[in-house]
Amino acid sequence: MADSALARAVRWDTVVGALLIVVLLLSFGTVDGFGNALNLSFLIGNTLPIALIALPMTMLVVAGEIDLSVASTAGLSGAVMGALWNQGMTIETIIPLCLALGVVCGLINGLLVTRLGLPSLAVTIGTLAAYRGIAQIVLGSDAVTDFPTQYLDFAAGRIGDTFIPYAFLPFLVLLAIAVVALHATPFGRSLFAVGASEEAARFAGIRVKRQKLILFTVTGLMASLTGIFWALHYASARFDNATGLELSVVAAVLLGGIDFDGGKGTLGGAIAGVFLLGALQNVMSLVNVSAQSQIVVTGVLLVVSVLGPRVARQISVARAGRRAAPPPTPADPKTAAAPTS
Amino acid sequence: MTLPSDPGPASVLALKDISKSFGAVRALRDVSLELFPGEVHALAGENGAGKSTLIKTLAGVHRPDAGLVLLDGEPTVFHGPGDARDAGIAVIYQEPTLFPDLSIAENIFMGRRPRRALGRIDHKATHAATLALMQRLGVELDPDRPARGLSIADQQIVEIAKALSFDARVLIMDEPTAALTGSEVARLFGVVRTLREQGAAVLFISHRLEEIFQICQRVTTLRDGAWIASEPLDGMTEDDLVRRMVGRDLDELYPKQDVEAGEVALSVRRLTREGVFTDVSFDVRRGEIVGLAGLVGAGRTEVARAVFGVDRWDAGQVEVDGKALTNGAPSTAMAAGLALVPEDRRAQGLVMSMSIERNIGLTGLRTTVKAGLMDRGAERSRSLDWAVKLQVKYARIADAVSTLSGGNQQKVVLAKWLATGPKVLIVDEPTRGIDVGTKAEVHRLLSELAADGVAVLMISSDLPEILGMADRVLVMHEGRITAEIPRSEATEETVMAAATGRAA
Repeated sequence: MADSALARAVRWDTVVGALLIVVLLLSFGTVDGFGNALNLSFLIGNTLPIALIALPMTMLVVAGEIDLSVASTAGLSGAVMGALWNQGMTIETIIPLCLALGVVCGLINGLLVTRLGLPSLAVTIGTLAAYRGIAQIVLGSDAVTDFPTQYLDFAAGRIGDTFIPYAFLPFLVLLAIAVVALHATPFGRSLFAVGASEEAARFAGIRVKRQKLILFTVTGLMASLTGIFWALHYASARFDNATGLELSVVAAVLLGGIDFDGGKGTLGGAIAGVFLLGALQNVMSLVNVSAQSQIVVTGVLLVVSVLGPRVARQISVARAGRRAAPPPTPADPKTAAAPTS
Repeated sequence: MTLPSDPGPASVLALKDISKSFGAVRALRDVSLELFPGEVHALAGENGAGKSTLIKTLAGVHRPDAGLVLLDGEPTVFHGPGDARDAGIAVIYQEPTLFPDLSIAENIFMGRRPRRALGRIDHKATHAATLALMQRLGVELDPDRPARGLSIADQQIVEIAKALSFDARVLIMDEPTAALTGSEVARLFGVVRTLREQGAAVLFISHRLEEIFQICQRVTTLRDGAWIASEPLDGMTEDDLVRRMVGRDLDELYPKQDVEAGEVALSVRRLTREGVFTDVSFDVRRGEIVGLAGLVGAGRTEVARAVFGVDRWDAGQVEVDGKALTNGAPSTAMAAGLALVPEDRRAQGLVMSMSIERNIGLTGLRTTVKAGLMDRGAERSRSLDWAVKLQVKYARIADAVSTLSGGNQQKVVLAKWLATGPKVLIVDEPTRGIDVGTKAEVHRLLSELAADGVAVLMISSDLPEILGMADRVLVMHEGRITAEIPRSEATEETVMAAATGRAA
């Protein structure tokens, strides 16, 4: 009964998608400087770091886990990139090394969670501090800015006079891969089972630990990719790059209707959540809301996003309840023989 | 057994021609029921017959659309559970909900503990009152003990004591024995008899027919929401009762076919998990149903878990069709043709929030795949196929399994595993908590599977089920297999003797 057209209409990810469109339309109409291609390319470019990490984060949260160390991994990756560049290494060597470093960071998180059975929230708060600390040791207070121009141009530029940043294209490829992986492969299917009931998943022969390890590792990889992109996009590799980004990612993913308890959500919803947050941040900057106040808005959104889907679900349950029988007699033979709803 | 058969005593609580609908579903139609003091009254019916709705009507949760609720013969209206409680009606559920960190006494007197001057809580009086309640029930439980760690049986006793502290005159017990062991059931029945002698009216619900005959004097049967009969149990047989519940003659409850046993399909050798079970060896052949009996805690479920791979073993070997299984790897066990229908279908057998289709599909994540992607058409037809074959009653295959009755949920678990085409099927308490009609269906299914050459290992605490279905009975006691009894020699006595360690 929760699957009827009426209930589907109040599904949270659709609500967020609609909200994104409304915010975009309103901003076009009312906010000066929002609608031009340059600003839109800024909006997308500045949102890409959140979007990139949101891809694996969505899968982690669906599987009932979380990784709060992503921003620190990104920062560490950028710092190492800057340090190695100062050493005179070529960027073509540095990037694979940084990605490998991200894999290691993710693997450490994954092993701590799956081998030692520690809660990922605690583990990744720990590595959040540790990875950022290492970043500071590696690069100190330096800022490395002199990366090769063709890389900087790719990370910051846009296609001609359009609103599309170059970097948006590879992101679309990654998004497509992620959507297929989560929603169309056996792997993705099993993640929903793991998040909804890890025990039942195990009893169905799903290799829960292996899958979580893969997820944490991929998350580390994507976080370091984001760190590389960040340093090039802003032409600045510093140890404190992307500080606090994990808050935005988690807020956006939850805003997109991914259930914090695991087992529910769609990548479409998560990405809608990401760009809704990005659009709001962009508009707030345009109307001169201070950076501090923007963080307040992010925090409030986080609370709303945890609350919203629950309210939506309760509305749909209440509607279903009024239309059909409540749980007491669900399998009444007559109900099955002659559907009533 | 005394029967209050003459219309002399007045009913304490009665329903007269009650009807209740939810949307288009008529959950109860013109149902009547009378509860007398000093009588234990059984409520019988299959899942979905309307028992839950009736209980909730008595408890003031639902208000009937038509008909009367009579309290001491006077028409009354319960506006909520509070009204029913104030009228002396208490419901004891299958799984009580106590506050784990509060003591037994605190749980019983939650929110209304005796006070001393200045509003301070009087611990002594609370303790004494709890002790008095326990004595009235003839049970020894320390009032100061925290509720955490109490067995379900003890938690029910606390709930009953709580009901008595409200001066309950009517106790409704909704499947109280479903999760209890034999000795716990015996103690509970002792308490129920004590209450009866003290003049309480008890409404007792159980799927175990022998319990109804053991403890109840009268029975009201419901079928599809309609009242079928209210009558004394004296002189009735289990078959009579089943006929009323099902509305037809039930084919045999244990339709065991004779099958020639084939080669060994599952071979367990010297399997040991330290501190849990020791040196367990047995074979199950194609076409055989082997019963694994024993008391709760004897290690039966633990052996099944280790064989399937959700737990690791410390020593020993498991082979399916002569191929050794990897320790602690359910995926390789599945690939070898092993299937496990686990004990706890809600936590282990099913992902409750997922659809019927997806739950059955979970065991097909390797097979319903095309070019690395889920083949949704194949997944749906596989799920539909098996849901239909097992006659699961559902509205839509995309409905969450949580909307199904217990019996139908169990069928979904079976469907999920039969869809893998197993060579060896382990079923752990396959019919626990499901109604008698579905139970017979599950038994027929197991028998047919064996006839098709599947090797079946059946763990069950239901002794008649073991005796009725198994070709051979293995008995475990304290982590070891203590006896292997062929069908011809298996009786309640021989199995129980081995299960309690009286035979070596």
